[in-house]
Amino acid sequence: MALTRDQIAMRVAREFQDGSYVNLGIGIPTLAANYVPDGIEVMLQSENGLLGMGRYPTEDEVDADMINAGKETVTAIAGASIFNSAESFAMIRGGHVDFTVLGAFEVDVNGNIASWMIPGKLVKGMGGAMDLVAGAKNIIVTMTHADKHGNSKLLPSCTLPLTGVNCITRIITDLAVLEVANGAFHLKERAPGVSVEEIKEKTAGKLIVEGNIPEMTL
Amino acid sequence: MSGFDKVVTSYEQAMQGLKDNMTVIAGGFGLCGIPEGLIAQIKKQGVKGLTIVSNNCGVDGFGLGILLEDKQIKKMVSSYVGENALFEKQLLNGELEVELTPQGTLAEKMRAGGAGIPAFYTATGYGTPVGEGKEVKEFNGRPYILEESITGDFAIVKAWKADRFGNCIYRHTAQNFNPMAATAGKITVVEVEEIVEPGELDPTQIHTPGIYVDRVIKGTFEKRIERKVLAKEDR
Repeated sequence: MALTRDQIAMRVAREFQDGSYVNLGIGIPTLAANYVPDGIEVMLQSENGLLGMGRYPTEDEVDADMINAGKETVTAIAGASIFNSAESFAMIRGGHVDFTVLGAFEVDVNGNIASWMIPGKLVKGMGGAMDLVAGAKNIIVTMTHADKHGNSKLLPSCTLPLTGVNCITRIITDLAVLEVANGAFHLKERAPGVSVEEIKEKTAGKLIVEGNIPEMTL
Repeated sequence: MSGFDKVVTSYEQAMQGLKDNMTVIAGGFGLCGIPEGLIAQIKKQGVKGLTIVSNNCGVDGFGLGILLEDKQIKKMVSSYVGENALFEKQLLNGELEVELTPQGTLAEKMRAGGAGIPAFYTATGYGTPVGEGKEVKEFNGRPYILEESITGDFAIVKAWKADRFGNCIYRHTAQNFNPMAATAGKITVVEVEEIVEPGELDPTQIHTPGIYVDRVIKGTFEKRIERKVLAKEDR
């Protein structure tokens, strides 16, 4: 069975190491904060200038001056820091953020990512995505393996305008965990009950399958 | 005003000198930390052909979005502009030009502009539409693009408190782009919640030293919230 959004987020959360600084994009990546395993501590960075983002506020705690990068009301944890946008992107561009998790329209075998612009549709902007993919040490892309018409999103070469080049090393989809290296996708894990054949069928870019591919642990 | 006293008492004084076709750098992230009264004054003055440099363009009827109502904005330099139907309409009509700029690059363009640095290299945007036509240089085997800094005729800033000398502190994430914007205006105007006497703010806690600030005005703020999301137990 293909994973649900929450199950993808659960698998993403297993990537985090104890003591990691993590930036989570909007959507499935944000859900990963709910599934950080016991015994692992991560600190969430929000690129509008907050390191140590906490949960959403109670009605009494709501403060118009406390928002996250998705412009949602938010709280800060004990030990958080708040700073300006240049400082925030200095920590992103300088490679100080350990993990960035973000969604994408397409990823290709060279680690290129397209996530912000579909020609012909209104372009709203890249926000901080280009900075994040150019700067973070480990970038994890979450997306469905194929679009709703069944077209693969893992391609030989991205067709949409890029967000960044040669930057994606790990992809977690509803079907599989893959690494990107040496001009190919490398299948590492499959979703419970999903066959290697199905993943091959839905991966348009070069896919390398070596040995027995284990099912994911969620 | 005398000496280092930067305080003005009317919005007319605060935005005096703003003319058609000027560039205005505005602090704020979404509707958080925006100089509401200064934006309203720009609308009231009716100046046209403005280039506005700000991460976003407000929403319909609030924030920078109100400057679209009388078509005062010629060009927006922003990282994300998706919250505004009037914006979309003027963009599709060709009445409004947008230069989409990565958020970190935008912050750095303001910072560099205020610091006298005309341009800088960054990996952000290399190989993407943002990098098209820009100089590329390799450092340690990695390609970077050259981005030019930004300065404005005016910078409009929202701070929490300022003293009469223009020393400012910001509150929580309402800080965002404001400190960089403050450095990058030929005339920097700060709208604050509270004006205090020199010496009342701890010098080690100042975010924006008064040297960057030309005018300070006490405002009143609606502080509209764009997306109120509550903890599960309060939903």
